[in-house]
Amino acid sequence: MSQRKDISGYFFILPALLVIIVFRFYPILQAIRMSFFKWGMAGPMQIVGLRNFSRLLSDAKFYQSLGNTFWYVIFVVPLTIFLSILFAQMLNQRVSGRGIYRTIYYLPVVTSIVAVSVVWKWIFNPDRGILNAMFSFFGLDGLKWLNDARGIFEILLAPLNIEPSGFLSGPSIALCALIIMAVWHNIGYCLIIALAGLQNVPEQYYEAARIDGAGNWKTFRHVTLPLISPTIFYLIITQSIFAFNTFTPVYVMTQPPGGPLSTTKLVVFYLYEQAFKLWNLGYANAIAFVIFIIIFMLTQFQKKYIERRVHYE
Amino acid sequence: MNKKFSVHVLLALGAFWMLLPFFWMLATSLKTQMEALRFPPTIFPTMLMFNNYLEAFRQVDFSRYFLNTIVMTIGTTVLVFVTSALAAYAFARLKFWGRDLFFTLFLAMMMIPVPVYLAPSYVILSRFGWIDTFFALIIPWSANVFAIFLLRQHFRTLPQELFDAARIDGLNHLQILKDIVIPLSKAVLITIGIFQIVSNWNAFLWPLIVTHSDSMRTIQTGLAYFSQAESTNYPLLCAASTFTTAPLIIMYFFVQKQIMESYSRTGIKE
Repeated sequence: MSQRKDISGYFFILPALLVIIVFRFYPILQAIRMSFFKWGMAGPMQIVGLRNFSRLLSDAKFYQSLGNTFWYVIFVVPLTIFLSILFAQMLNQRVSGRGIYRTIYYLPVVTSIVAVSVVWKWIFNPDRGILNAMFSFFGLDGLKWLNDARGIFEILLAPLNIEPSGFLSGPSIALCALIIMAVWHNIGYCLIIALAGLQNVPEQYYEAARIDGAGNWKTFRHVTLPLISPTIFYLIITQSIFAFNTFTPVYVMTQPPGGPLSTTKLVVFYLYEQAFKLWNLGYANAIAFVIFIIIFMLTQFQKKYIERRVHYE
Repeated sequence: MNKKFSVHVLLALGAFWMLLPFFWMLATSLKTQMEALRFPPTIFPTMLMFNNYLEAFRQVDFSRYFLNTIVMTIGTTVLVFVTSALAAYAFARLKFWGRDLFFTLFLAMMMIPVPVYLAPSYVILSRFGWIDTFFALIIPWSANVFAIFLLRQHFRTLPQELFDAARIDGLNHLQILKDIVIPLSKAVLITIGIFQIVSNWNAFLWPLIVTHSDSMRTIQTGLAYFSQAESTNYPLLCAASTFTTAPLIIMYFFVQKQIMESYSRTGIKE
């Protein structure tokens, strides 16, 4: 290729550049600007300085939505990753029917979250749902699932006469229903990534462990786990960001949306409500700013960590 | 031997749990409303009500939603192919001032989570007068940074001699891209195409925000609307859920490997 400058390069990137500037870059500037205004779709916009942010700091609903999101992420991510590694570990031992299992476990991943939410809402139905039917088949009392606002720590600690309230009462039963569905939906994706990680562990390492007389658990703990730790770390970060952005199940499954008692209102849903139900666009951007900061910190954490690597082979 | 058995039991239990919602969706979709509400429920429908599927189509305009989704998918996919191939070629093969700066700017945009630009994008689209049009569904998604990134990585691996020879033959960059580079990039283009199909078919939040009228609904916003309108008619809801997910599931059985790869490489999100 000639060393002189290719002016045509600009023409080649122009279409993509236009789209990215107008629909990615400019909206971000606009978001920052809007967060200093009181702004509805109709009527004049009014500059309010930092008032959107100060309102945010004293908004109990916002804190509740952050708390809900915290519990949601804290439960979904470790559960999904733990189960996917468990299944990946089993599938990695040449079991028969491995391909079929993999196909089945991955099936939910390609299914739209809206359809999945519709079906799980029916599964969780307190009076007619199949889950409560299974409970009663085993002689257990059914739960109200998506209608139950009681926190799980509140329920678990009740026999001990401890009554945690608010954030400390943990995710509500309704939020737990969303958590169960999210784990079900994401396991396949994590499983494939974990399986790829496991297949990269050289066979000799296992042989060496066997010769040293290490049992299954010891081999897993001291050989497998350190070697797949970068994979696990990658999964933790991507799944956290993914869980943090959850919106659709709240919209489709809960009644009223975000209920009962706002215990399933996740922060992205709260943003949506403020922006597109109440048309507080300026305030919504202050919320978006906080979401951005949290996700940005997660990604930075990832970068730093990946660079140092979890474990050197 | 014993250990192998317990592994199979666990795997089978897991598979049961993964398949149960699909089975229940199908079973319910074929029941009468009366039978669906029976408790404890019947496992298999006593009568196969295929009519539920037609009824769901009759209740709301699902054929329109399918059509809209197909238009949106084809529109974004074609545009993404064009914008990405051009940009990736420039980033990989052309030397111009500011190239790396632009590329860094592109990559930086991937760091921004979708919720951040929902409200400002709405304002911008409404200024263009694009709310509730196909423009709002297609144009903002007609460039895909990850597609550019994947193609650029691939273009850089192609041997320099190829380009030198083409230059000697008097081809210009556009011709090189079209006649030589693209035919050598089929695998990456398939990955991107699958990403486009899956993410468009399953897109929800964006169409929900930028369209209002019934005639502009996509498959997912249509299904969500239907689930609110018919919130207790479970056979119809399950029938609708079945036929809206069927196309991707059928595709999945044919191109499973490519789909898994596409997901792993691009990190398809909700």
